[in-house]
Amino acid sequence: MAQETRVAEEGKVEEKVKMLDIYIMGKRYKVPDAGLTIQAALEYCGYNLIRGCGCREGFCGACATIYNFTYDPTIKYGLACQTVVEQNMVITQIPFFPAAESLYNVGDLQPKEGVNKLAELYPDILTCFGCNNCTKTCPQNLEVMEFVSDAIRGDYEKVYEKSFDCLLCGLCAARCPQGLQPYNIALAGRRLRGAYLAPKSQHNLDRVKEIEEGNFDADMEKLKKMSADELRELYAKREIEPAL
Amino acid sequence: MPYPPYMEESIRKLEASRQRRMKEEIPLISSDERDMIVRKYHPDYRETGKRKLLLGPNKDETMPEELANQLEGNSRVDPDKVDLSKIDYDVDVLIIGSGGAGLSAALLAQENGARVLIATKLRLGDSNTIGAEGGTQAADRPNDSPVLHYLDTMGGGHFENVPELVWAMARDAPMAIKWLEDLGVNWDKETDGSMRELELAGECRRRVHSCKDYTGLEVMRVLRDEVRCRDNIDYIEFEPAIELIMDDEGQVAGAILVNLETNKLSPVRAKAVIVATGGLGRLHTQGFPTTNHYGATADGLAMAYRVGCSLIYGDSIQYHPTGAVYPLQLVGILITENVRALGGQIINIDGEQVACNLEPRDILASFEIRECTERHKGITTSAGNVGVWEDIPLIDMLHGEGTIARRLPSLVHKFRRFNIDLIHEPVLVYPTLHYQNGGVRMDANSATEVPGLWAPGEVGGGVHGQNRLGGNATLDIYVFGRRAGREAAQYAKEVKLGKLNLDHVRQWQKELEQLDIAKERPFSPMLLPNYARQPSDYLADLYTEKLQPGLVKLA
Repeated sequence: MAQETRVAEEGKVEEKVKMLDIYIMGKRYKVPDAGLTIQAALEYCGYNLIRGCGCREGFCGACATIYNFTYDPTIKYGLACQTVVEQNMVITQIPFFPAAESLYNVGDLQPKEGVNKLAELYPDILTCFGCNNCTKTCPQNLEVMEFVSDAIRGDYEKVYEKSFDCLLCGLCAARCPQGLQPYNIALAGRRLRGAYLAPKSQHNLDRVKEIEEGNFDADMEKLKKMSADELRELYAKREIEPAL
Repeated sequence: MPYPPYMEESIRKLEASRQRRMKEEIPLISSDERDMIVRKYHPDYRETGKRKLLLGPNKDETMPEELANQLEGNSRVDPDKVDLSKIDYDVDVLIIGSGGAGLSAALLAQENGARVLIATKLRLGDSNTIGAEGGTQAADRPNDSPVLHYLDTMGGGHFENVPELVWAMARDAPMAIKWLEDLGVNWDKETDGSMRELELAGECRRRVHSCKDYTGLEVMRVLRDEVRCRDNIDYIEFEPAIELIMDDEGQVAGAILVNLETNKLSPVRAKAVIVATGGLGRLHTQGFPTTNHYGATADGLAMAYRVGCSLIYGDSIQYHPTGAVYPLQLVGILITENVRALGGQIINIDGEQVACNLEPRDILASFEIRECTERHKGITTSAGNVGVWEDIPLIDMLHGEGTIARRLPSLVHKFRRFNIDLIHEPVLVYPTLHYQNGGVRMDANSATEVPGLWAPGEVGGGVHGQNRLGGNATLDIYVFGRRAGREAAQYAKEVKLGKLNLDHVRQWQKELEQLDIAKERPFSPMLLPNYARQPSDYLADLYTEKLQPGLVKLA
């Protein structure tokens, strides 16, 4: 089906570019075979995006997208800003999924011996029967089912390690047959880990105390009284710690 | 073959000159030459693409044309058609925008007793903060001090920073780190709990705190979750503010929101308003690509300017010399400066060095622009972007095989996704629009010159002077977001609002008419960039491909 057309860029580059057929929510469009992302292809086809578009760099999870091919019904998953369109791709975005997050006070996350805080917040987590759809869905290639298992066991440290690259796109929740929300479960686990299990940073706590006691105020007053030239000289002469 | 055939010839030239270039040392240019090249080619100094403002608090000052158009834009609101006696939301503190500054402000305002409403253009938390990879400065190691942090920041900003803002930021930094940790942010640490901190250009101590290379994402995940979990904070997504509301005492007293999907307007009455809309990357000033989020369209600058806030260093924009140009999916993203520090050279279409790879950011950006414009020695992609090569494989030749994989893993991974192997192939780069150094003039609590309005984060200006150091952007948003939230909540307890009005909009439109520029100016705020291809292109497809009407969308 690919047809050829001439794409001229103000006389700078002229080349023959093949056109691809893609189907946006079932509707056929033609886009150049030039490495366009799904996002760029949508815009090429005239869509001015409101939902389903964010950082455009693969960080924010706003552009969760489901696709397959006219010749292959297997459902695939990706971020629209990071996935290149291919011939006969059938595309739909999932800009929102109604997952009901459990609300809590971060103070309530304080770990307690013999209590699984994550199972307390998300009791239905125990109904996971290991179909692994969540893992197959994850556009970040995370081992989602594994960190759900870690959450069931109350191993917060493992949840933190395995889920750290999660963008909260929500695709795992969209595909879970048990209606679980792996991304929200892991978020609570990471917050618990950060607030309570990570070793405390004594030098940060000491510095906060020193500042609150006003230990640096006198030095600062001295700097404020300096002339511009004195300040420049101080800056030029400051000792530079070697980088790591 | 990941790079298209039309680039092959140039890549072969680059490979052919590598042996020679390994030994070729181009000296740093003298300070006189620096002056000359920056003045001639750096976008901040270029007179083209800029013009004087014709009205408003910064009248007669020169701004990039795209920003000037937004500042002088037409209001999207017809004051005669909005009934301010029918208010949809009545709150203590309205926060416009939901990045790091907006959400920090929301949490502190709530803690200080305010009922808070967050109005945000996209999803809650969608922002530039989420893409911040590097980290956050805070002088909390024993050999460091907030005073040294102050000195570094002043020097980096060429001593043009507003001192009281810099001191506020340096002083509050360790507290901001602790606050975020208490909320559940996982900072990178050693096993004994000490923070793993890095040093970026212009900093005399290692003080940049990170969360792997997802620092902004990790913080935003936590802030967003915390906002959702708290009582007395409401948020409305896909509903940006398009105009501020004033009262008859001259105080900011709310805003008009618009539902992006239904176009319904909603007036909000608020005792205090915090505009935290971030920067302007998506204006693409002077035609540059950007590292910025889809929503970074200077909305807050336009709205604040119209109620009488002045801008400080409004024309000062940070361009990073090595933004990716190819592939299309990665256009504008940063190639870390470490590549150059390791010996990565900047090469033109003929395989020749453009400048010494260790020139400062603004100098190298200027050289690249000269090479691609005046000298026509850039490489143009099929999407119409132009750039020069950054020779990454050279690093392994200089420092031994395996260096690239070891030192630049996330970069290698990012490009591998698109079948580009940076261990063996160069990367195409060009300056990319990264940050707005200036913004709305504010005090140490982010209060603007107009009562009832605060402007924390990238939308506010002065703390960075005309050049921002790495790790100070994410710090800025937490520090000034928290200060703004706290003060706005206190203010809301005391202020008495008068009768709401949009007289400033009427006055603004009258001035535009008097200057006879209303028709030439766009509507502002812009809200979203328009990247959709124009319908005429589709007509062209129809003719060239002889498709039947109906096979492609026409509008």
